[in-house]
Amino acid sequence: MPDITREEVAHLADLARIDLSDAELDHLAPQLAVILDSIKSISEVAADDVPPTSHALPLTNVFREDEVRPGLTAEEALSGAPEVEQQRFSVPRILGEEA
Amino acid sequence: MSDLTRRTAAELADALAAGDTTSAEITEAHLARIEDVDGSVHAFLHVDAEGALAAARAADERRAAGRPASALDGVPIAVKDILTTVGLPTTCGSKILEGWVPPYDATVVARLKDAGLPILGKTNMDEFAMGSSTEHSAYGPTRNPWDLDRIPGGSGGGSAAAVAAFEAPLAIGTDTGGSIRQPGAVTGTVGVKPTFGGVSRYGLVALANSLDQAGPVTRTILDSALLHEVIGGHDPRDSTSIDQPLPALVDAARQGSSGDMSGVRIGVVKELGGEGYQAGVRARFDESVQLLVDAGATVVEVSCPSFVHALAAYYLILPSEASSNLAKFDAMRYGLRVLPDGVENPSAEEVMRASRDAGFGDEVKRRIILGTYALSSGYYDAYYGQAQKVRTLISRDFEAAFGQVDVLVSPTAPTTAFRLGEKVDDPVSMYLNDIATIPANLAGVPGLSLPSGLADEDGLPAGFQILAPAMADDRLYRVGAALETLLTKKWGGALLENAPELQGSAR
Repeated sequence: MPDITREEVAHLADLARIDLSDAELDHLAPQLAVILDSIKSISEVAADDVPPTSHALPLTNVFREDEVRPGLTAEEALSGAPEVEQQRFSVPRILGEEA
Repeated sequence: MSDLTRRTAAELADALAAGDTTSAEITEAHLARIEDVDGSVHAFLHVDAEGALAAARAADERRAAGRPASALDGVPIAVKDILTTVGLPTTCGSKILEGWVPPYDATVVARLKDAGLPILGKTNMDEFAMGSSTEHSAYGPTRNPWDLDRIPGGSGGGSAAAVAAFEAPLAIGTDTGGSIRQPGAVTGTVGVKPTFGGVSRYGLVALANSLDQAGPVTRTILDSALLHEVIGGHDPRDSTSIDQPLPALVDAARQGSSGDMSGVRIGVVKELGGEGYQAGVRARFDESVQLLVDAGATVVEVSCPSFVHALAAYYLILPSEASSNLAKFDAMRYGLRVLPDGVENPSAEEVMRASRDAGFGDEVKRRIILGTYALSSGYYDAYYGQAQKVRTLISRDFEAAFGQVDVLVSPTAPTTAFRLGEKVDDPVSMYLNDIATIPANLAGVPGLSLPSGLADEDGLPAGFQILAPAMADDRLYRVGAALETLLTKKWGGALLENAPELQGSAR
């Protein structure tokens, strides 16, 4: 398995929507390489015929009755919003300037 | 009555039932203790004196009317800052949630309120529960009451330290890879991770959905059992909640406290001990096992060969789930919003990037990036897919082991509390603290840690871990209570009586 490079860390941070400064990249990239190195043995452990487990409990499709229950009011739902306008979440522009 | 803070929750409940004291007195005593020592310990991120006292007065009225809401009605509690609380900030130890006051209560919190337990405040933690020392809190570390220059464990160091420092008789923790049990071990307290699905996760800010579990943090086994029965049981608001009644936990703790272990089969996990474990931790563990043998238990060594891969599997599964869970912190609906420097009219995505950089600490960034890597298409099979297979192998090891024995035991953590700052920038060394606790989370089985004594080389507490099959949490309490009785008898009192007296002053 290849080592993780500084460029890859920058790309992954980009995918995860985190702006990392150059100083942070210098700091985090070598640490991530060490972490990955410590866990790479995992690729040789389990044989092909071992089924994967995603969850400790073998539960599937938990249903409930389709009945109305009290939920949050609009005020409650908006109470933590960074910005509110006309009982809505107010967000920065989502399209390009020209669009 | 200054000694109210020294009593166990069960003793306080008895005193309340007998009319010897009031919840208001008990709650005031703990608030005074927090005022006195929390400047040194920093177990709390928020203290809610007013709310706790109002709840205490309501509890006293119920008691006076002969209608207590539960056995613990009026006994105060501290809650880890990862569970949502109406009217009280919930930060998860992160800047990204600074000042956020949730509009709903977690089910665990709602059950505490229904049972009449006044909530003293919210306890410190590693940011989003990522860590083993509480040093990754954005609000500064918690200190270990045994030695203020040492870590209290993590992520739930605040809850463990609050209980160890007699700031609260009870606390709630959450355990994803050991965050209840490892702090319990290094602070000389008791911590229980219930069976996955045994306690509702509704309102528990998710780190890793398939691993997270809330549970009791206390000074005695019986107190944990009492609290576990309050918070546990089915919750339709959590789709992974087990729809079965809890086993009789308090009964099991009372039965175990006789100290009789006749007929109990105990397996010592070969892979969780030996090399890498501090000599004093091993010595206290071996002595504890011998006490159980002397009390009638049958002890055998059990091998769980796949456990050696648990840490690697965990550090792929956890970051993968965490990177997905923490995507919701997008600066749009709640939490921190930061505008990028020098950008005029920034886009939502630019604001999101700047906010996540400013709001998340180093460890959170490391794990988000690691998870993003493990889940990316070229590496998915080699990493995440393999980790899920290892998870199967670990569950099979547990199944085979529990075919031979009733419970498994090991040291809880490989070492006693290390010094603040010692491992904060060495992630792999930090991760090794959870090497003995992680297998239980991966398999969903319950685990308990109780103090086994003080290590000879440093005089600091060591922990003894007990693991049981899923939904057999009662076995933890039976064996735990027996060992607690035997050790307390040997020591001539509770281990925490040996902790240094904290000076009532801010550092």
